[in-house]
Amino acid sequence: MTFLRLVRVNLRRHWVRTFIGVAGIAFGCAAMLTILSIVLGAIGMFERILDTDSQVLVFERNVSDLFFSSVPETAAAEIRGLPGVAAAHPVLFGIVSAPDHPIVTCFGVERDNPRLAQAAWLAGSRDRFGSAGEVVVGERAAAFLRVAAGDHLSLGHGEFTVGGVIRTANGFEDGGVFLPLAAAQAFFHREKIASVVAVKLADGARVAEFKEVVARRFPTLIALENREFAQGYSQFRILKLTGWAVGVCAFLLGGLGVANTMLMSVFSRIREIAILRVCGFSRAQVARLIVAEALTMAATGLVAGLALGFALLAVIEAVPQLNGYVQASVRPAVLAGIAGTALFTALAGALYPAWFATRIEPAEALRYE
Amino acid sequence: MNEPAPRPTPSPPAVSVSGVWKSFDGGRVPVLADAGFTVARGEMVALWGPSGSGKSTLLHLVGGLDRPDRGEIRVLGEPINTEAARVQLRRESVGFVFQLHHLIPDLTVEDNCAVPALAAGHPGDATRSRIAELVAAVGLTHRRRHRVQDLSGGERQRVAICRALMNRPPVILADEPTGSLDEETADKVFALFRDLVQRTGTTLVLATHERRFAEACDRVLRVSHGRVLSI
Repeated sequence: MTFLRLVRVNLRRHWVRTFIGVAGIAFGCAAMLTILSIVLGAIGMFERILDTDSQVLVFERNVSDLFFSSVPETAAAEIRGLPGVAAAHPVLFGIVSAPDHPIVTCFGVERDNPRLAQAAWLAGSRDRFGSAGEVVVGERAAAFLRVAAGDHLSLGHGEFTVGGVIRTANGFEDGGVFLPLAAAQAFFHREKIASVVAVKLADGARVAEFKEVVARRFPTLIALENREFAQGYSQFRILKLTGWAVGVCAFLLGGLGVANTMLMSVFSRIREIAILRVCGFSRAQVARLIVAEALTMAATGLVAGLALGFALLAVIEAVPQLNGYVQASVRPAVLAGIAGTALFTALAGALYPAWFATRIEPAEALRYE
Repeated sequence: MNEPAPRPTPSPPAVSVSGVWKSFDGGRVPVLADAGFTVARGEMVALWGPSGSGKSTLLHLVGGLDRPDRGEIRVLGEPINTEAARVQLRRESVGFVFQLHHLIPDLTVEDNCAVPALAAGHPGDATRSRIAELVAAVGLTHRRRHRVQDLSGGERQRVAICRALMNRPPVILADEPTGSLDEETADKVFALFRDLVQRTGTTLVLATHERRFAEACDRVLRVSHGRVLSI
C-alpha cells in the first residue's frame, strides 16, 4: 500500500461528502474562469476597438467613461496636422435602442477609418459608406437585428437603410452599427464632437513627444498609449477587480466546503487516526494525510471546474442573444491564478482539521471507542 | 601484561517499568500507583487481573500511547519520555494487538498489514513479501485481498496479529487479544499467536483476565488496585 492509496481509500469511503467538497471547489473554479475570461475578453475587445491601426488615444481628460468623452472636431483636425502624425481617426461612440434590442452600440467613423478598411465586406462596399440615410452593420448585429443589405432599420428615433454588412475580428464591433461620423454626430446631438481620436504616428518611438504636444496645446485632452489606457482606465480596473472579487468569494465558499468536508472526515475517523498513530504514524504524517486528502479534492475540483468553465464559456459564446459581446479570453495567468487559489483554499481549509487530527491522543481515542 | 577481557554488557530487559503512577480526569480517577515490573527479552508475561485493574493502561504506557504522571518506562533499555521516542518505539520496537482488533475496515487484509510498514517508510517489495509470509502463517492467504469488514471475528484478529508483527518488533503488547472471540476461536487464535511469538523469539506482554491464557505464559503478574504483583 502507498500513501496515495490510503488517501484515495479515505476519500472514496464517504464519496458523497467528498463529492460535495470537490463540487465546491469545482464551482469556484468554473465561476472564476467564466467571470474572468468574460471580463478580460470584454476588455480585450474594447482595447482592440481602440487600437485598430493606432498607437495613441486622445480623449477628454478626467472623463469617467469614453462614451462621455468630447473631443472637438477642430482638435481632431489639428492633431491630424501635427508633425509626426501619420493618421488620426476620430470615432464617436453611442448607444441606441432598436426594436427588441435595448442596447445597440454605434460607431461614428469616417470612410477611411481602418476598421472599415480592414473588415470583410459581406454586402455593400466601403465606397458607398457615407451615403445619406445608410448605415453599415456588423455581421452579428445583422443576425440579431434580422436585417440584410437594403433592409430598413429603426434605431432610436431614426430610420436608416442597411448599406452594407461587414465582418470584423472583434465581436464587440461585429455586434455594432457603423454610421458616417457626421450622421452619428447629428443623430446623437453631438455636433462636431468625437469621443476619441485614434492616432497613428509616423515614428512609433516618438510617443512621449506627441503626448507632450497634446498636453501643451489641448489642456482639456489627454493622450495615452493604448497599453497605458488599458491599464489606467477606471472602468477596466473596476471590471477586473469585480471579476477577481466574485471569483475569490466563490472560492471562499468552496474553501469552507473543503474545510467542512475535512472536519467531518476527521471527526468520523478519530479511531482510525488513533490506529494509524498506534502503527507508528507521527503527528506530521497524520497532518500530511489530511492535507493530501484536501489537495486531492482541490486538484479534482480544479480539473472538473476548468472543464465546466470551458463548457460554460462555449455555451455563453454560442448564445445568439448575447450578440457577440462575449469573446472569452482565457489567459495562462488566469488559469495559474485559479489553480493557485484552488490549492491555497484547500490548504487553508485543511489546516484546522489537520491540526485537530494531530492532537488526537491514541490511548484516549481507543479508550472511548 | 595481558589486559583483562572486557566484560560482556548485560542486555537491558525488553520492558522495564518502575514507580509508575497514572490517573485520569485530573487525578480524580487513580489507575496505577507505584506500578513496576520488568520483562526479559523473549519472555512471555501475562498481566492478569480483573477489568478496570489497570492492565490496558499499563500496556498503553509501555507502548508509548500514553504518558505516565510519574515514574520511568524503558523499552529495550531506551526511555520513552519524548514524542519522537514514542513514535520511534511504535514504528520499530512494539506491535499492538487489541481486543477489538482495531483494523481499518475499508482496507484489505494486505493493506491493513502494510500500515506499519507505510509509517516506517519501508520499501514496497520488502513489504509485499513480508505480508505474504505473515498471511500465510495465519492461514489467510486466500483472504488477503478481501476487505477486513468482510471477515469473521477470528480472521480479523489474525489480521491484527499480522499487522502487529509486520515490522518485526522485538516486543508485542497484546490487550485481551481473544476477549471478543468465542471460546473455540479464542483458543485457536491464542495458540497461533503464541506459536508465532515463540518461533520468532519476540517478547510478549499479554493483558488478560482469563486465567487459562495467563497460565500459558512464562510468568504471570497480577495487577490489582494499580499495583503489579508477582504470583
